[in-house]
Amino acid sequence: MRLIISSLLLALITSGCTIEPWVQPYERANLADPIMSFSRNPVSASYRNHVFEAREGARGADGSQGGGCGCN
Amino acid sequence: MEVRVVVVVVTKASRYLLASLIIVLICPADAAVLPEDRTDVLSHSYKGGGIEISGPSVLVRKGDAKSFSAYANYYVDNISSASIDVQALGASRYQESRVEQSAGFDVLHGKSIMSFGYTNSVENDYVANTYHFGISMDMFGDLTTVSMGYAQGQDQIFRTALVDGVRGRDPGFNETALRRNYSLGLSQVVSKNLLLGLNFESISDEGYLNNPYRQYRYLSGSTARFETEVYPRTRTSNALSLQARYYLPYRAAIHYQERLFNDDWGIVASDSEVGYTHPFGENLILEIRYRLYSQTRANFYSDLHAEKSSQALDFRARDKELSSYDSRTLGLVVSYEFAKGGWWFIDKASLNLAYDYIKFDYKDFRDATASKTDASLVGNEPYYQFSANVLQLFFSVWY
Repeated sequence: MRLIISSLLLALITSGCTIEPWVQPYERANLADPIMSFSRNPVSASYRNHVFEAREGARGADGSQGGGCGCN
Repeated sequence: MEVRVVVVVVTKASRYLLASLIIVLICPADAAVLPEDRTDVLSHSYKGGGIEISGPSVLVRKGDAKSFSAYANYYVDNISSASIDVQALGASRYQESRVEQSAGFDVLHGKSIMSFGYTNSVENDYVANTYHFGISMDMFGDLTTVSMGYAQGQDQIFRTALVDGVRGRDPGFNETALRRNYSLGLSQVVSKNLLLGLNFESISDEGYLNNPYRQYRYLSGSTARFETEVYPRTRTSNALSLQARYYLPYRAAIHYQERLFNDDWGIVASDSEVGYTHPFGENLILEIRYRLYSQTRANFYSDLHAEKSSQALDFRARDKELSSYDSRTLGLVVSYEFAKGGWWFIDKASLNLAYDYIKFDYKDFRDATASKTDASLVGNEPYYQFSANVLQLFFSVWY
């Protein structure tokens, strides 16, 4: 397992910086549209995540930063 | 090519993380993009399960348009609560407020952005201070963004009580909790129309982790009695999420998110969300979303424990957030954008309304109020369920 991960990392180090992008900058108009943003309205997304986190056992990996909610 | 030198104390556990960081740092440096300069003024409202919470949130972000961007957020929860826990204990509705203030900044250098943040949250019985550091890097022709973050929080937990006839902090109760968050993220351009995001976050807590007011229920003869909950003093959780957004052949987008979670308290959870975003003309954007959440209970949770806890490691909880349950959320967001051609100092503005309806169905948390007048119902009350309405009205300005 260690050998596989090390090999992958080595491959990335030696070739990662020179990978030819398969989506060119001029082809990214759709991706740049605000409707494609993962968090179009950060203040709203942060509030919604807080609503869920305060009422659910699960937490984390929701795209927001931890902030000591004092949810009890 | 710009090559940066870093000096890091290497531990065995951090070798692969360091190797990843080296890949990030030796790649050619062009330009990443800082968050947009904008201000959001939001009013929020939550009503459900006997709880009403409302208040404002104001987020201001401004940068120098080159290498620096700072933000500040002021957020308030005004709480009026007579939740099922409060009702089961025969306590009366209480009011309190929580004020959260955050500030931070991002520094852009080549393709990397370093972020620093601080959050302070204050209630009459809870004070939390959290520091955050993060780094993100665009790589592989800007198709991939890798990010890492660390946050550390120090919480102080108090308890209110009647002291000489006046409600204030109980001088005999003062606890602390330390929280550490480790996060890894990957955002990937897959095609001209598809974006993927992968996030992992591990959180470890140490200290006083339960609610000093909440009580567990146990059977004493044929009647139910209540005692203060007994929790472990450590908790470690891991969450992994996958996000995808796809641009449809016409101007609209669909999104999907899946998150898997587990912790060493025995909770296993997952949630899935699908959504559809559709602009109408140049000014109106409509989004509809549906989320399904499900979790199993913590090992030491029970609606009705068989007996009283006998010692500090004999854990007891009756927090419905630690029980087995499902929730379903149906949401709608309407955004009206205007001044898109620019006006005075602003580039664009929008007025937004977001509504979420959430339905909670508990599988092993019973409505204990049902047996308050009929003791023969103890342990056989109907399972608790409630719905909540969550409303956000916010105004955003870009400049």
